[in-house]
Amino acid sequence: MISYIFWFLSFTAVFSALATILSKNPVHSVLYIIVTFFSIAGHYFLLNAQFLAAVHIIVYAGAIMVLFLYVIMMLNLNRLEKEKTQNWMKLLSVVSAGLLMLVMVSAVGRASLMAGAGQPDETMGLTQALGQVLYRDYLLPFELSSILFLSAMVGAVYLSKKEPTTPPL
Amino acid sequence: MEMLTYKILLCVIVFALSLGIAAYMTWGERKIAAILQDRVGPNRAGPLGLLQPLADGIKMFMKEEMIPGQSNKWLFILGPSFFMLTACMTGVVIPWGSGITVGDTVYPMQITDINIGLLYLLGVVSIGVYGIMIGGWASNNKYSLLGALRASSQMISYEVAMGLSLIALVMTTGTLNLGEIAAQQDAGWANVVYQPLGFLIFLVCAFAETNRAPFDLPECESELVGGYHTEYSSMKLGFFLFAEYINMFISSAVMATLYFGGYNFPFQHALGLEGNWLAVVQTAVLFLKISAFIFLFMWVRWTLPRFRYDQLMNLGWKVLLPLSLANIFITGIVMWLTGKLG
Amino acid sequence: MTTLTQRSKTVSVRKLSLSERLYLPAILKGMLITLGHVFKRKPTIKYPEEQREFAPVYRGQHVLKRDEAGAERCTACGLCAVACPAEAITMDSAERKKGEEHLYREEKYASIYEINMLRCIFCGLCEEACPKEAIFLTDRIVPSSFTRGEEIFGKDKLVETPDQPIDVSKRQEAGLAAFKKNKQHYHNRTFRDARPGVAAH
Repeated sequence: MISYIFWFLSFTAVFSALATILSKNPVHSVLYIIVTFFSIAGHYFLLNAQFLAAVHIIVYAGAIMVLFLYVIMMLNLNRLEKEKTQNWMKLLSVVSAGLLMLVMVSAVGRASLMAGAGQPDETMGLTQALGQVLYRDYLLPFELSSILFLSAMVGAVYLSKKEPTTPPL
Repeated sequence: MEMLTYKILLCVIVFALSLGIAAYMTWGERKIAAILQDRVGPNRAGPLGLLQPLADGIKMFMKEEMIPGQSNKWLFILGPSFFMLTACMTGVVIPWGSGITVGDTVYPMQITDINIGLLYLLGVVSIGVYGIMIGGWASNNKYSLLGALRASSQMISYEVAMGLSLIALVMTTGTLNLGEIAAQQDAGWANVVYQPLGFLIFLVCAFAETNRAPFDLPECESELVGGYHTEYSSMKLGFFLFAEYINMFISSAVMATLYFGGYNFPFQHALGLEGNWLAVVQTAVLFLKISAFIFLFMWVRWTLPRFRYDQLMNLGWKVLLPLSLANIFITGIVMWLTGKLG
Repeated sequence: MTTLTQRSKTVSVRKLSLSERLYLPAILKGMLITLGHVFKRKPTIKYPEEQREFAPVYRGQHVLKRDEAGAERCTACGLCAVACPAEAITMDSAERKKGEEHLYREEKYASIYEINMLRCIFCGLCEEACPKEAIFLTDRIVPSSFTRGEEIFGKDKLVETPDQPIDVSKRQEAGLAAFKKNKQHYHNRTFRDARPGVAAH
């Protein structure tokens, strides 16, 4: 039963990920990537990482992708003419994507697939266990990353803030 | 195996119940609107107009089905279906009662008692907006698109404050499990006593998330024709309207469970009722609380005028968000002072 | 400064006080107002079951009266059509044949008599113009219909059936009603009254 669900989720994830990059319509791309997120959340559930699955859906599918969709709908990218890409841009993107792929392949290749095998702790993915780890053992990195987010947010606010041309009412 | 059958049965019951209650909420809404406006309301179909939902349903099914020629047909159909699906999904984590004991087995009145109940709720609420967005975009109509954009920005803005107001609640209860939160309120006070501000924020956000007046900007008849469902007709329109009522029902249930003691009521153990009878009375009390919230939803709708878009955004980001953060802060300090921090 | 109306108010753009900016008191106040309406008496009249009382002078659907013997009073003189400000009345006349005396009071009668109810403004001028006491406006409501054609009422809908006379006395004052009963006046006579030898001019 579980393995059937696994195969189904994996197939959906791969298929929709491919559809994301292959579909011409940007709105369709966003919808496909949402399906991908859902199937990945399903994988988390299978691994008994309920908290991670829920947060994955809330944050990625529920917030970030809604914003993506929002922007794409607002700009209505369908009607825009395709911008001409220069050759050097194409070259750059191929090189960077190739490098990323190299990193990922080597990382996956080095990791032994069976490392986590064995009987995983039933409560490992639950909220309580995750909270203990985050706020006890890794408190400093956690807080540092939150400061990183905060600075990114301040930067975004600063960039979007216009000089007031007219005095506020 | 027996438990699985029971759960499936409970699933069907909750599903049917949400649909039935949503149907009668349309009747209730019209009746309440009429009463608040010194009118009589539907009174032709059956006694007191009680068959009106049936007539409306038949009408919706019989209406001509229209799909705009320039629209994206698949997405056009997917939109309302998805909206309806997410509306129906939330009911599974709500504890509808304390549980009925037959022989040695206890049959809980909750479909699934998952550990992350609250997060599940937030997750489903956050993806609920896709139905509106997809439907509004696929209609290929400017009004629909504007309605969809408004819906998405509104729901995202208010989700933040909603989640933060729930965090303060989670701090006091110490669990994300809705069953446990409901059970905790048996012994002590209802959570609204500890979290009055949190409840208020949650209430306002619930109004915004269900697209109810005064936050019904996405469908805003006076400016956007029908908002995101301008192009919809027949039962697809019915799905959009119906899902709104289901959302309202579920959010009333959530508020009753989280803040008003769920199925518990004061002095319930002093009644001297035997276990199963108490459970039945408790479920009835929960539904009474839910009806009270539904009435509040409708009462507010027929009292307050709609917000303007900038007022909506100001309220969400500049008022509710800081308030909910302050609420978390105050809750933390009080818990620290009273020594409740573990 | 004198104001144009007594209801005008000076508007200020002062900053709201804190309690006003909270909005909640104002919202509660509003909600109490709507709640108050729950207990108000509903002025609705449930129409088919209850009917609202008509004003004594209500002018509704027309009727073409018959005389006491059951003959149509209308003589197709056309004065009603002339009087009609909305030009809603059309008619055609015909001559009474032998043996039709029980049907038509006068020698000339209306073979077609149509009132367009969509044009009619129910002013009652036709009634005033009629020299034969033939047309009256009654307290009946003109029924609605799905097509425009149905709203043009012919003689089949306008003439009263002999055994079910329609009461038009409500709008008649007592003096007028008494005057109309007087058979001395030509237009009040029936066909039988007018037979030679029975009544004199």
